[in-house]
Amino acid sequence: MPRRSLPFAVLALLALPGCFSNNRHQGERLYVQHCASCHGDQGQGLERLIPPLAGSDYLTDHRGELPCLLRNGQNAVIVVNGIGYHNVMPSNKGLSPAQLTNLLNYIESHWGNEAAPRTIHDVEKQLEGCR
Amino acid sequence: MFKRLFLLPALAATLLTTACTEPPKTAATLPILGERDVRPRADGGPADTIYQAVPTYQLVDQAGQPVTNQTFAGRAYVTDFFFATCPGICPKLQSALLTVYKKFPTDPRISFLSITIDPEHDSTAVLKDYAERLGISDAARWHFASLGDRAKSFELANHLLTGVVPDSLAPGGLAHNGVLALVDDQGRIRGAYDGLNAEQVANLQRDIPILLAEIDGRKKGVAKQ
Repeated sequence: MPRRSLPFAVLALLALPGCFSNNRHQGERLYVQHCASCHGDQGQGLERLIPPLAGSDYLTDHRGELPCLLRNGQNAVIVVNGIGYHNVMPSNKGLSPAQLTNLLNYIESHWGNEAAPRTIHDVEKQLEGCR
Repeated sequence: MFKRLFLLPALAATLLTTACTEPPKTAATLPILGERDVRPRADGGPADTIYQAVPTYQLVDQAGQPVTNQTFAGRAYVTDFFFATCPGICPKLQSALLTVYKKFPTDPRISFLSITIDPEHDSTAVLKDYAERLGISDAARWHFASLGDRAKSFELANHLLTGVVPDSLAPGGLAHNGVLALVDDQGRIRGAYDGLNAEQVANLQRDIPILLAEIDGRKKGVAKQ
């Protein structure tokens, strides 16, 4: 490599981090912002008022419906790990498919949850089927 | 460089001496919050300080039983304001109060009072379901109660240091803060804690026994303050 191009290489290296968006922890940030006050900072829920997300059978049994549930909220009785809950969950109309993907991937890979990661493409397709 | 090292023992000594001479932090008595009035005495003696107490209220709890200031006569209690369908701060707030409650589940000297700011929706049946779902079976230990009137609820909330305003942008249509207020046996507010802040919730847990000791002292007639 000619000496002259070295400064450019250094510059390019310095500029590199700027190319990456800070979306790595977007799922966690969205969780704290939109979900944690009800579902708890460890996804534990609240007694029989708010269903847990940690170790929740609903997440695995209704995996394909979750993007729609997050977007449109939830207003009917929901059974999680054998317990019925009837509190209203607000809608999150403002979240993009990419944000929903990051949020779900965060929820589905924490507190003992171990689902396969979703792609934005999966989530977009599932959102098309929202009632 | 080495000269600086000589300073270290001196510094340590200074720190140690101040640590030793500082008076030990005694959690003697809790402050009395709210407004106060100073009234001169007719006999010319030292003026009396009159502390503002929580105004009189008449609530109905999840068991359909009336709850008034008299319900807590001679006892301490912790209050907060919530509504059953609140998707905003309420679950976190109630979760915090539940943590405190679990430290004193059977102590008759302290009880708990959650007042709804959405009385139109939160009927006795709704409050009963809410309490049971939170795991509270004894209404006398933790009252979930309604004033029956929204405006009056807001007013009482303000007296107990919770601000409430209707806000169409807020989740559930009501914006409010999450204050846990500690009230003494004479209806005076002795502490206000942000229920959304773990450190302040811990402070409330720390302060309750201090207040209970003070009330015990008053009952025995040994406290002469």
